[in-house]
Amino acid sequence: MDNLKTKPAKKKILLMGKSGSGKSSMRSIIFSNFVAKDVRRLGATIDVEHAQFKFLGNLILNLWDCGGQDAFTETYLTSQKSHVFSEVGVLIYVFDTESRQFHSPNSKIDLDTYAHIINALHQYSPHAHVFCLVHKMDLVPNDRRDEFLDNKSILINHYSGGFKNAVRTYGTSIWDQTLYLAWGDIVQCLTPNLDLMRNYLSKLGQATKAEEIVLFERATFLRVTDVTTPTGEENPYSDRFERLSNLIKTFKHSLQMYTGQGASHPFGEFTISCPRFNLVLSRLTPNTYVLVVLPPGGMDLVNTRLNIMGVRDGLAALDQPG
Amino acid sequence: NGDIKHRSKRDQKPRLLLMGLKRSGKTSISNVVFRKMTPSDTIFLDTTTTIQKEATHTFMDFQIWDLPGQIDYLDRSFDAESIFGGVGAMIWVLDALDNYMETVGHLTDTVFHLQQSYPSIKYSVFIHKIDCLTEDLRDDTVRDITQRITDDLYDVGLENPPISYHSTSIFDSSIFEAFSKVMQSLVPQLPVLESLLDTIGASCHFEKVYLFDVISKIYIASDTTSVDLRAYELCSDFINIIVDLSEVYGWHQETDFHEGEQLAALQAHGAESYVNNIKGYTLYLREINRNLSFIAISKDPAFDREKSLIDYNVGMLRDTLLKVLDYV
Ligand SMILES: Nc1nc2c(ncn2[C@@H]2O[C@H](COP(=O)(O)OP(=O)(O)OP(=O)(O)O)[C@@H](O)[C@H]2O)c(=O)[nH]1
Ligand SMILES: Nc1nc2c(ncn2[C@@H]2O[C@H](COP(=O)(O)OP(=O)(O)O)[C@@H](O)[C@H]2O)c(=O)[nH]1
Ligand SMILES: [Mg+2]
Repeated sequence: MDNLKTKPAKKKILLMGKSGSGKSSMRSIIFSNFVAKDVRRLGATIDVEHAQFKFLGNLILNLWDCGGQDAFTETYLTSQKSHVFSEVGVLIYVFDTESRQFHSPNSKIDLDTYAHIINALHQYSPHAHVFCLVHKMDLVPNDRRDEFLDNKSILINHYSGGFKNAVRTYGTSIWDQTLYLAWGDIVQCLTPNLDLMRNYLSKLGQATKAEEIVLFERATFLRVTDVTTPTGEENPYSDRFERLSNLIKTFKHSLQMYTGQGASHPFGEFTISCPRFNLVLSRLTPNTYVLVVLPPGGMDLVNTRLNIMGVRDGLAALDQPG
Repeated sequence: NGDIKHRSKRDQKPRLLLMGLKRSGKTSISNVVFRKMTPSDTIFLDTTTTIQKEATHTFMDFQIWDLPGQIDYLDRSFDAESIFGGVGAMIWVLDALDNYMETVGHLTDTVFHLQQSYPSIKYSVFIHKIDCLTEDLRDDTVRDITQRITDDLYDVGLENPPISYHSTSIFDSSIFEAFSKVMQSLVPQLPVLESLLDTIGASCHFEKVYLFDVISKIYIASDTTSVDLRAYELCSDFINIIVDLSEVYGWHQETDFHEGEQLAALQAHGAESYVNNIKGYTLYLREINRNLSFIAISKDPAFDREKSLIDYNVGMLRDTLLKVLDYV
């Protein structure tokens, strides 16, 4: 065996957008265990705040939370340009639904700033992924959200320069599961070995007759990957993965309120068995949890556990550095 | 026990009254507890001007009447019987921020008069909006209010009136804890339930056990160890995630998948859930019927090993509970 393991891949993520648009809020909820109502404590970000998060064993997310006040943005585009925009893996650009300057005849409008950022990114990191989050969607009336987002997406794409037709736009809010959908996709595009992981999950699915299997990262409970059988696909809740992330993360907070922070894993195994479905959510590798949803009926828990253990080592090896 | 059965069948919809000055928080309380309103949304509530009658569908059917504060119910022209006849419990909501002298006088008058015609009513005083007081003011305020009410009633000849006191806020679980205690005073089988829960707690090494009404998150009984708000919150959040997961994955029709007998067996067992290795704790839930669930917190390192024995014991408890509560 060679002991010279390569270092985990480090990916630079830029988090940009106007001041007050919600960048630091979402970062704190996804990565730092804040609950939505805690974010009022955050102050405006001065300059760039660097934060590193380990995702699985083999990925280090190097997050640059870039304070959005005009003066800071100015320096990102001038004196610090090459420092900020080189070697970027992902740019996350946050628009505020409340902004009155999204698109107006005035000069300093959101989309202009965005277009400048995009140009700089294209110059230094042409292969980066770009995600645009239209944030604080909770403030848009429910029945107008789809239309609102469609309109914004078209405009955003129009201003996306070299990344035209490659940007992905999401409506998000810290008050519901939409945040987890966007961040799940963001992290997924950086995760190595997804296909190999999915192979293991398929094996587990065949052995347990599961309708659905979802792999979650331990700390964020973002979805890493999943496999679903045709029966499982009949589930009417198409937003269930982000709902699950949100639910489990909330539950993790409750557990920590009771036991105090400190355990790397909030729980070991969580099972539900009832006449309509059975599920097991269990700690899998040092960095992941797996959710196995089984058809209704008596559940053979012992067998399910054995099968989960059967894929554990293979999956653990995949999320090691190297 | 034949006597208990007889009573619970006949007592139709016990009534629960919410009284107190206007803006004290009555409507907020009933909306937060029974309609799942977000606490911060209560600022949009209008002042209630007519009696609001709400039927709840929990483990037992009862009505909540929200009485507007500005009406004098002791006025002779009022048909007192239509309001107070058949009332099981009254909650008097008292705004801890107000100058409470006036409402205390009002409250003691009301209790004094009602005691003569309706001696079976049980009273709870909610010293409400306690979140607005600093920690050190809270105890003093509660003590002062309790003392005034006790003194006033003593002066008019009522010693040991049937009043309990709770400090509450809709912004934390204290309102659910207090409401649970009020509801428990309306459950005639409470002593039996408590001793059953004490017994199972001891035999299965549980730290704390509850019988929860799943929809409202009110618990109708617990073991008799001391009240623990954090344990209550944990159990209530445990129910929340189970309810939510059941919504996401409970889309199969039961009958599509099971033969009659198999389904009956599953239903007879009742849904079950547990979470282990929570820093040494285990959470355990067993459904008693459509409304009620048994929930326990264990700190026993041997839980996993003894799970089948625990399942068996809780299964027996379930059968007994269904009989005691008159469901079979
Ligand atoms: N309604 C609503 N408010 C939000 C949401 N997300 C964040 N906010 C609020 O937006 C405000 C600003 O959030 P921050 O995260 O500090 O903004 P920022 O983008 O980091 O700002 P700078 O650091 O100055 O660039 C806070 O008061 C949050 O409570 C959301 O989804 N909905
Ligand atoms: N801070 C605080 N405010 C509360 C609480 N309960 C209710 N309120 C507020 O008190 C006001 C009056 O409440 P309402 O329910 O309309 O009173 P009612 O007239 O007795 O029905 C509302 O603005 C509520 O938001 C509480 O526990 N804490
Ligand atoms: Mg910030």
